[in-house]
Amino acid sequence: MTDEGRQPVAGGIVSSEVMIEMQNVHKWFGTFHVLRDVSLTVHRGERIVICGPSGSGKSTLIRCINRLEDHQRGRIVVEGTELTGNLKRIETIRSEVGMVFQQFNLFPHLTVLENLVLAPIWVRKLPRREAEEVARKYLERVRIPEQASKFPGQLSGGQQQRVAIARALCMNPKIMLFDEPTSALDPEMIKEVLDVMVELAESGMTMVVISHEMGFARTVAHRMMFMDEGQIVEASPPEEFFTSPRSARTKLFLSQILSH
Amino acid sequence: MAGQAQSIGEPSSLIVAPPRATGGIAGWLHQNLFPSPLNGALTLLVLYVLYLVIPPVVRWAFIDADWVGSTREACDREGACWVFIRVWFDRLMYGLYPQEEIWRIHVAYGVVVVAGALLFVPRFPWKHWIGVFLLIAYPVIAGYLFVGGTLTISLVHLAVGLALIGGTVLRVAPAFRGQAWSGAWGRVYPAFALGALAWLVVGGGLLDLAPLTVSVQLWPQVETRLWGGLFLTLVIAAVGIVGSLPLGIVLALGRRSDMPVIRAICVAFIEVWRGVPLITVLFMASNMFPLFMPEGVNFDKLLRALVGVTIFASAYMAEVVRGGLQAIPKGQYEAAEALGLGYWRTTGLIILPQALKIVIPGIVNNFIGLFKDSTLVLVIGLFDFLGMAQAAASNAHWLGFAIEGYVFTGFGFWIFCFGMSRYSQHLERMLRTGR
Repeated sequence: MTDEGRQPVAGGIVSSEVMIEMQNVHKWFGTFHVLRDVSLTVHRGERIVICGPSGSGKSTLIRCINRLEDHQRGRIVVEGTELTGNLKRIETIRSEVGMVFQQFNLFPHLTVLENLVLAPIWVRKLPRREAEEVARKYLERVRIPEQASKFPGQLSGGQQQRVAIARALCMNPKIMLFDEPTSALDPEMIKEVLDVMVELAESGMTMVVISHEMGFARTVAHRMMFMDEGQIVEASPPEEFFTSPRSARTKLFLSQILSH
Repeated sequence: MAGQAQSIGEPSSLIVAPPRATGGIAGWLHQNLFPSPLNGALTLLVLYVLYLVIPPVVRWAFIDADWVGSTREACDREGACWVFIRVWFDRLMYGLYPQEEIWRIHVAYGVVVVAGALLFVPRFPWKHWIGVFLLIAYPVIAGYLFVGGTLTISLVHLAVGLALIGGTVLRVAPAFRGQAWSGAWGRVYPAFALGALAWLVVGGGLLDLAPLTVSVQLWPQVETRLWGGLFLTLVIAAVGIVGSLPLGIVLALGRRSDMPVIRAICVAFIEVWRGVPLITVLFMASNMFPLFMPEGVNFDKLLRALVGVTIFASAYMAEVVRGGLQAIPKGQYEAAEALGLGYWRTTGLIILPQALKIVIPGIVNNFIGLFKDSTLVLVIGLFDFLGMAQAAASNAHWLGFAIEGYVFTGFGFWIFCFGMSRYSQHLERMLRTGR
């Protein structure tokens, strides 16, 4: 795959501080039981990569973390704050949790720079000049400083996704969620996005990533998770996950995505 | 095989006719007017029809027309009698507005033209403020210019009103510099604005402010029943346009709200007003509404018509805007929410700018429709541009010139509607962002 040759990111410091705590979370879409009794703990600095077949509830799981979806039973605590219907609290949590989507979801009517400074200005109340400084710093980091004044529609998919990552980083989040960040990209653009994500991992960011880029997963993940039918079927360190998965379902899935 | 042999062996057969011209006038004619026998025939047919139609029209409108004079007797030629328009011009433009007060209308027009021209200057730095001026200050100024008369104001109210305006300016000013609304004042502002508004509405009843009241009259009052002609058309259209867009946006957002009560109210409002003819609305406003009012309370007839037109137009506008809202992908909402922008900021900064851009053609379509519908105020006895033309044409001294009146007003309406159409195309080009 794209980054077979990469050295694993050095363990990094995983502190004992709990960033995300999900306890016995259930969710239904109508009568369809999407999440079944999911429990998950993510510590500061920890990087988790989740894989699984489509419809297994991976997306729903991480969308519950910043409450783009609400859960119906169980408890979700993010950074010590429990997610309830309290809107004010949800907005606070959302501003601390960055999210990157499969379809980038940049704001097409704003320039790249405007996309980046919008939330810092309106949510963090940063003065514009300061927000722009931060934005340019992150554009530099995702290696597209020269695109600042273009509109998203003028960029390639890989560039757009890197802008989306920079946009999330501009809020100075404590946790980053990635929902299949490279699935909508042409093969030659996947690497440039993964490179940025590996760098982010090296900086010690707490990350929950849904991805089927197994090379990338091997490089950055502290823990791999396999989801199926709304449950976390397998959760183990990558070396164990890839070499000796316990469940048959995981084995089958891995053999399917690794064989091509 | 024969072809091969020819091209090798017999040079003479290589001589072929040059391709028909594709450039130049001949090429253009060939491509656009005579690409095939059928199209050629159609071209000739159309040319013949134009030949039949245009010369008589030109003759009627220009060559055989009467241009000079001031009486009916001046019109003794075959063609159009533009003297009719000339004589009635002031009525067509201003209705019965007193001659010596017409400068007030001109001043108001002039301000709009200057402000509008500034909006067209690229990189003019204070465009936002011109917008604020046109939408908030200008209606008040123009209102007093047009109506005039004695203005009785309590100084306390005046002070509170000015403070409200000043406070609001302070509140929104940062947004125009691309900055979030300022912290401390932003928190106090809602309470302040609410208090000031409450005072303006009911404060007079709590205290006797008579000693602190001043009366000014800069110019005499002109009753609205004297308003008419193009002036009245523009007043109705402008109020309808400026009022219906924000109201329509609010209704469209309400109709998509998660809150069932708000949604139900908006749906009911839209469906009721969209379901009745404008004539009915105007009749109700003009004849029924006063019956429901307590004795002695009487709103101006024009004011009632303006409210009716605005509400009617806003129901249509709401559906146009809703169309735009529905075109915005769910990912836009999610991305905005994931950044911690709440409902209002998501709506105001992300959703509406995109949704409104998409529906510019629909919005302008509505504006144009509203502009032309404004002429229906004729049924409640207000004489707009077209109404004045009809009135003039039925004047005993000037019978028989209705066609001139219709052609002239038609041309007048067309200029404004075409202007709006062009402006919308200009806007669309300006807002194109490489998508």
